[in-house]
Amino acid sequence: MSISIPDTQLPRSTWFLRGVGSAFSLPGLILVSSFVGFAALAKDAGVTMAQAAFMTGVVWALPSMVVLVGAIVSGVALPAALFAVTLSAIRLMPMVMALVPEMRADRTRQWVLYLLSHFVAVTSWVLAMEHLKHIPRGMRTTYYAGLGGTLVTTNIIVVTAVYAVADALPSTISAALLMLTPMYFLTSLWGSARERAGHIAMVLGLGLGPIFHVLLPQFDLLAAGLIGGTIAYGWHLWRRRKARAV
Amino acid sequence: MSYFSNGAWWWPYLFILAAGFAATDVWRFLGVYLGGKLSEDSDILVLVRTMATALVAAVIGNLIVFPGGALAHTSLVLRIGAAVLGFVAYLLSGKRMVIGIVAAEFLLLAGLYLEF
Repeated sequence: MSISIPDTQLPRSTWFLRGVGSAFSLPGLILVSSFVGFAALAKDAGVTMAQAAFMTGVVWALPSMVVLVGAIVSGVALPAALFAVTLSAIRLMPMVMALVPEMRADRTRQWVLYLLSHFVAVTSWVLAMEHLKHIPRGMRTTYYAGLGGTLVTTNIIVVTAVYAVADALPSTISAALLMLTPMYFLTSLWGSARERAGHIAMVLGLGLGPIFHVLLPQFDLLAAGLIGGTIAYGWHLWRRRKARAV
Repeated sequence: MSYFSNGAWWWPYLFILAAGFAATDVWRFLGVYLGGKLSEDSDILVLVRTMATALVAAVIGNLIVFPGGALAHTSLVLRIGAAVLGFVAYLLSGKRMVIGIVAAEFLLLAGLYLEF
């Protein structure tokens, strides 16, 4: 960052470009690798290149995209797919709620926030929560537009490129690419959990998913989410009561 | 009503718009609307987060235990072993995602080359 010119006097385009630049970072690189994994997954499910690129742009939340592809593979009807994806995407709401007060300035128009909220997913959120406090308040929406827009565009290109080369890859490499998505979520989900109950929910979900996949193939994700989530929440309440009693 | 049930070219896109776009952006828009009105620590949000976390974790579990494509031809023990050791590496390295992902990939590839 430049020290000689005060930040508040820099033009809007500079802040946009700084947002673009912040997309090219380690979290951004990890995100690209997980989109490589997603493309391999989607191609394997029979989703076409255009459909996968479209999905990347309009959904833009990797966990929900993986749930959606899972629903496509198991051949569930639209309402069941919609329900599972809706449940998987709930976590976006508290993320947006935390980001909005950071991003909003006095004169920020509401529609700008609704538009920018589409870019909210784990990576852009983590980067924004880290960087926004160093950006002049009036320039924060511009900065985030550069950051979010670059991440979406880059990964649409990445998905398209993987489709183009996937058939030429040896099976060992394909297997390694398909392993990227679960490892990305295994680590990012653990790291982003706000409370201990989140870790319990994660361990329960990891076990319940495969179990319900065998017992209730059409509703495995929903059953694991509802039951695992409720048990973890019960533990959260129980522990709080115990802490108060002491 | 499934993704491949209708031959029309627009059906998969409609499916993605309804089950993908609408299902995710409804929460983002609600987040903007509620931003600042609801405490992040409220009990209902804790429940919402644990359910969403368990659901995504179930997806991870299925991707490892019942994978598709080339990964389906690898042994279950190798996949679980690579994932568990990768996760341990992530924790030991002070929660560095890169370390965890690279460790798991390395173990998986090493196992495949050794025809484990």
